[in-house]
Amino acid sequence: MNRVTRANTKKILYSVLLSFLFMLMVIMPLYVSPYTIILLNSIFMYIVLTVSWALFSGPTHYLSLASAAFFGIGIYSSAILGDQLPLLLVIGLGGFISFLLALLVGLSSLRLRGMYFTIFTFGLSELIRHSVQWWEVNKTGTVGRWVIGVDHTTVYYIMLAILLITLVAAYILKHSKYGLALLSIGESEEAADHIGINVNAMKIITFAISTFFMGATGAIMATRWTYIDPSIAFNPLFSFMPVLMAIFGGIGHIFGQILGASVLTLLADVLLTKFPYYYMLLYGMILVIVVLFLPKGLTGLKEEVKKWWGGRAVK
Amino acid sequence: MRILEGEGVRKNFGGLAAIAEVSFHINHREILGLIGPNGAGKTTLFNLISGSLVPTSGTIKFKGENITGMKPHQICKRGMARTFQLVKLFGNMTVLENTLLGSLFGTLTGMRQSTALKESLELLEFVGLSGINGVLAKDLTIVNQKRLEVARALATKPELLLLDEFMAGLTPTEVSLAIELIKKIRNRGITVFMIEHVMKAMMSVSDRIIALHYGEKIAEGIPEEIATNPKVIEIYLGV
Amino acid sequence: MLEVNKINTFHGKVRALWDISLRIAEKEIVSLVGGNGAGKTTMLYTISGILHPASGTMEFFGNRIDGRSPHQIVKMGICFVQEGGKPFPDMTVRENLEMGAYIRETWKKKEEMLDQVYKTFPLLKQRAGQLARTLSGGERQMLAMGRGLMSRPRLCMFDEPSYGLAPLLVKIFFTSIKTLREQGMTILLVEQNVRQALEISDRAYVLENGQVVLEGKSGELLQNDHVKKAYLGL
Repeated sequence: MNRVTRANTKKILYSVLLSFLFMLMVIMPLYVSPYTIILLNSIFMYIVLTVSWALFSGPTHYLSLASAAFFGIGIYSSAILGDQLPLLLVIGLGGFISFLLALLVGLSSLRLRGMYFTIFTFGLSELIRHSVQWWEVNKTGTVGRWVIGVDHTTVYYIMLAILLITLVAAYILKHSKYGLALLSIGESEEAADHIGINVNAMKIITFAISTFFMGATGAIMATRWTYIDPSIAFNPLFSFMPVLMAIFGGIGHIFGQILGASVLTLLADVLLTKFPYYYMLLYGMILVIVVLFLPKGLTGLKEEVKKWWGGRAVK
Repeated sequence: MRILEGEGVRKNFGGLAAIAEVSFHINHREILGLIGPNGAGKTTLFNLISGSLVPTSGTIKFKGENITGMKPHQICKRGMARTFQLVKLFGNMTVLENTLLGSLFGTLTGMRQSTALKESLELLEFVGLSGINGVLAKDLTIVNQKRLEVARALATKPELLLLDEFMAGLTPTEVSLAIELIKKIRNRGITVFMIEHVMKAMMSVSDRIIALHYGEKIAEGIPEEIATNPKVIEIYLGV
Repeated sequence: MLEVNKINTFHGKVRALWDISLRIAEKEIVSLVGGNGAGKTTMLYTISGILHPASGTMEFFGNRIDGRSPHQIVKMGICFVQEGGKPFPDMTVRENLEMGAYIRETWKKKEEMLDQVYKTFPLLKQRAGQLARTLSGGERQMLAMGRGLMSRPRLCMFDEPSYGLAPLLVKIFFTSIKTLREQGMTILLVEQNVRQALEISDRAYVLENGQVVLEGKSGELLQNDHVKKAYLGL
């Protein structure tokens, strides 16, 4: 079998595998316990957050710590509009308002690079949290809000749909010329600008698109929590986790991002139930060990094993 | 016809005039050289022309259009490309990908992927880089990196090419090859504006030369005139 | 004073230097010439301790230096001015120069050293208060050279010192090399500008693919046909 047919066979195999997996996901609620559905919802949520974060921050190396802000906006859209508008519209609005805010954030942070950009995004996220809190306390007279509950299975299917859309979008972007352009921005912004790439526009638009998925996810997940307040909705952990998960799994590949999010969410759940008192400690230790020995994340495992194996063979 | 014109261009950094009231022009299909002591403002002038920096005052016109204050990608699409003193390649991308990006984004009307691919391969051969399409740019020798930067710039289909110290670090043999490449580029109808310290190259290939000193133009003329200009000898060439 | 014996240095898995030996006597000016990728910079990296050889020995005034770390080698009196200078970008010109005198006892004599460097490179005095990253390419090169000289080394190694320098400055630099030699310094020069390098040095080694292919008096090498054809483009 020559190289071309081998590559095509691989593609067909992957497509079949993925379709099978997808069908499995679709029929799953009929066969598993509610607990598993809830767990899967969590996993889907983190996958979307991680993949959409990595959409922009991966290739450009602009590490955003503002994911919580956009996720939180989605949550608040649900809380405020959930009882007046149909569910799907609310989800769309959650995403759209995030998108608009991200455009503003992008425009204002244009000149910032590296560490300054990261800290700016973190500060902004916190600012939004405090602003919403202030507004709620002083203007609306409430601190928390109730969200119209939606049953787990509906949440499951909606999350699955959002997940699918996010993954398809990420895949298409990565393999298009815009994906290549984003990588070049991460390598040398000045050179990219000089070969005709509108660097500013590309950064802002990609950033905004990535936040759409975060907002939409927030809107649907809020219905699961039913009670929310600014410290829940804009919890900085939602900014840090996607970064951790992407690095843990392997930031360069979509598969690595999915793997990192799934493994870490699963791990947190397992540890929490088995070792309720030590779970944070164990979780942290595993993170540190992986980052120390697998700098490329889990997807780098194959390389590391090859290296290690090859080294021994030489001796 | 003048492809590039600068009138009274000035660039201040705080109180310091890096470029002070410089006027210049390049004619179509000319090779114009830019020389001057280190720190005279040569790369700064290039930055002003290519859009990396905005002039404090003065105007720059490209093909008759006022491009003062335009962003680099806008100027690139209008037909200007450049290389950098310290090579700025996309290190973790392959030789082919570097060039391909130029083809895909550098032209006003855009290009189909298949055409871009064909053109990129042709350009890589043109600059002397065949057979290494899959090599990462950061793994290339310095000579090949410079060639790749030129290929990438040419991929944007420029009418004017700015070369910033293209010959630096090349052996005399490599310099001769580079001179040949510049001549080939001119034969394709591309105007060249080059900063260079390698006098052998500058004198043999330039039609005219401009000399800068402390941000001001102190001499302009054909190579023979510049080589014998007493001020240029005093501050730049040495005896 | 410097003896390099059968050095083999690797870049990862690739061997860059193959059994290279060379010798430099006190107060000599020796140049290493050759094409890009021949191994000249790797040789300097190996001597300065940035890279460690896989095998072979290096001795400086009888003391072994292979395997030592760079700062120990600087303390022993070898300074290495890298290609392009690599000055500390957010420190001023003056501060960069002062850092050059950091490791040796010259810290006490640094004002005196500073004056000497300013005399050789008056441009640096002009720009003394400027941040290094605001300097142009050639000015950074000069700054790095000045910084190297501040440590009063016994052996000074320059990697492509004429890179990006205006012709006048190249002449000034090569003249100052001669002055340095008169002051007792030994110089190892790596240069693409083969003609200049051979004109100013006493002896030269020609490197190709990580091996020494020719060595001898510079004057003789300038007449050598192989050198002329391969490197001078004649």
